[in-house]
Parts: sequence; C-alpha cells; structure tokens
Amino acid sequence: MSRLMWPLAVFLLLAALLALGMRRDPRTLPSALIDRPLPAFEHQLLDDPALRFSPQSMRGQVWLLNVWASWCEPCRDELPTLRQLGGRDHMALVGLNYKDQLPAARALLGRVGNPYQLSAVDQEGRTGLDLGVQGVPETFVIDAQGRVRYRHQGPVTEQVWRERLMPVVRALQ
Amino acid sequence: MTVDRTSRRAVVAARRGASAWASERVACVLLLAAALASPGAALAGPPASASSPPLAALTSEDERLAAREAQLAHQLRCVVCQNQTIAESNAPLAADMRAVVREQLHAGRSDADILAFFEARYGAFIRYSPPWTASTWLLWLGPFVVLALGTAVLFGTLRRRQLALSSAADVRTSAEVTHHADEATLSPQDPALEFPR
Repeated sequence: MSRLMWPLAVFLLLAALLALGMRRDPRTLPSALIDRPLPAFEHQLLDDPALRFSPQSMRGQVWLLNVWASWCEPCRDELPTLRQLGGRDHMALVGLNYKDQLPAARALLGRVGNPYQLSAVDQEGRTGLDLGVQGVPETFVIDAQGRVRYRHQGPVTEQVWRERLMPVVRALQ
Repeated sequence: MTVDRTSRRAVVAARRGASAWASERVACVLLLAAALASPGAALAGPPASASSPPLAALTSEDERLAAREAQLAHQLRCVVCQNQTIAESNAPLAADMRAVVREQLHAGRSDADILAFFEARYGAFIRYSPPWTASTWLLWLGPFVVLALGTAVLFGTLRRRQLALSSAADVRTSAEVTHHADEATLSPQDPALEFPR
C-alpha cells in the first residue's frame, strides 16, 4: 500500500499544480511598472491638437489611464461600460489613443459616446512601449503621487470594474 | 478569430524571415569568401577617390551596428507572440521594438543598456533566455533536480531488488539445508515476483 502512496501523492501534487497553471492566461503578464512612477509623456489631445496632456497635471488624485484604439474591437466593446461606470463612480478617466487614425478615433467616440475626460494621442506607440503595453486595451490605476498601482489587460467589464479596479481605487482614496 | 489569423500570419512571416535570413547569411559568406580569395583584384582596382575611405568606414560601422541589432533582436521576446523573439516576429509591436533597438544603438548605448531599457518596461520576461533570479532558479535547476530524484529512485529500487533477491536465495539455501519443506513454496515459478519484505 505504501508503495503506491508515494507515486499517487506525487501525481496528485503535479496534477494540482498543472490544473492551477491551466487556469492562468499566459498572455497576461504582471506589469513591471507596479509601484513605480508612471513614465512621463506629453501628447496632443485627440479633441484639440493645440492642447497637450502630461500626467503631471493629474497629481493629487487617483485616476485611470486607459490605452485604446479605434481599430481594436475589445476597446470598442468596453467604451460604453467605461462611460457608464466611470460616470456613476465619478472616476477620473484619461484615454491614451494608441497608434490610431485620428479621424477614425474621433468618429468612434462621436458614435458610441466619449467616456474620457480627455484622450492623449500616442501616434508612434512610444508611450505605450514605455508603459509596457502588450496589446490594447489596457487600464492602469495611478495613485495621487503619480505611481502605477495596478494594470488590467483586456477589456474592462462590469465585473472587472467592480472586482479589480474599484477595490484598488478605493484603497488608495 | 483575428488573433489566430494574425498569429498564423506571423508564423508564415517568421518562416519567410528565417529563410531570408539564411539566404542573407549565405550571401554574406559568399561575399566574404570572394573578398578573401581576391586580395589582388582589390589592389589592382582603380585608385580610391578622396571620398571613399570615410564612406567605407561608415558602412563598416553600419554593418557592425546592424549585427548588434540582429543579435539583440534575437535576445528579446516578442510579448505579443510569446514564443518568438522580436527578430522572428512580424507583429507591429515587435517592429516598434526593433526600431527602438536600432535608434538606441545609433545613439551609442550599450547592449546591456538596451536590454535593461526593455526589462524596466516589460519585466524579466522580455529576455528570451530568462536571467538567473530568485524567481527563476527553480526553472533553471528544476530539470536537474528531477533528474537527480529519478536517478536516486532508480538506484534505490535496484538496490532493494538486489537485496531482496540475495536474501531470497539465502532463505532458499538455508531452507534446503535444514528442512525438507514443500517444494512449491521454496522454488516458486518466478522468484522475482515474491520477495520477502
């Protein structure tokens, strides 16, 4: 009996380990920026090319930075959710329009509604690279001192908003 | 799914890229061989004009940077298609990363600087060959640990079996000498199947 117990125990342990691994999405990675300052950038606004946005201006409040593009389908899907929930919870939400065609981006926001206080334009994708962006959409929670505290990869759903983003935001406020 | 399509496209492109790389390498070798084989021809050529030495210096510098760029690109993981390096991947993000590598090389930054630049943004995962850290030592040592465990179990089992065989033989001989016991229990069909514990 004890001869069988050991291999069985090893097998069960391995099976449990692999089962845990199966539940994780290998494409989502932990952000290297957690608890580090948000990289500095300055970009023109999507609405008004004459104005520029720098994250420095958001100091003193907890805010969300959402990286999006009109060519990205999950981004189009999450826009109404962001607009509805961001408005309900009075959340400061800034968009970073990533490697997009500006007329297409403006048209999309005009059509589905604009959830953002403003969108900064990262035409070259260099700020996306500084943020360690893997794909759009990604959403960062930034604290009052300008540090990255959380990163969510993929579209924001009602559940993600309620269970992932808001708990971090509330803890920081 | 668009993801499937893009990844398939990336694979096709990577294959194409690999074959292009191979043919490029063949071309390089041929050129090198030609250059080595004909030093006389180069000497016998028309006298160099005033502008050619700096031009030649520039191209060799460019070649050196291109070689370093290729080498770095093979060390950085494409985070979109994670089992490819940015040298192999055709993803737009990989192209952006290659452009950044090129820019930084031309700005005179070292290979270590450039790897550190990407690691600061994407984490250690960006290195195609994971560095030795507190969280990766198991990854590096794991196979050897498993090999050692397997070897220990194998030798342990063999030793036990041998001991059991020899003690079974002892039991049998002593039994034959002292008792005239039942033949069936003393010499079973397959002695290896019934080990006294």
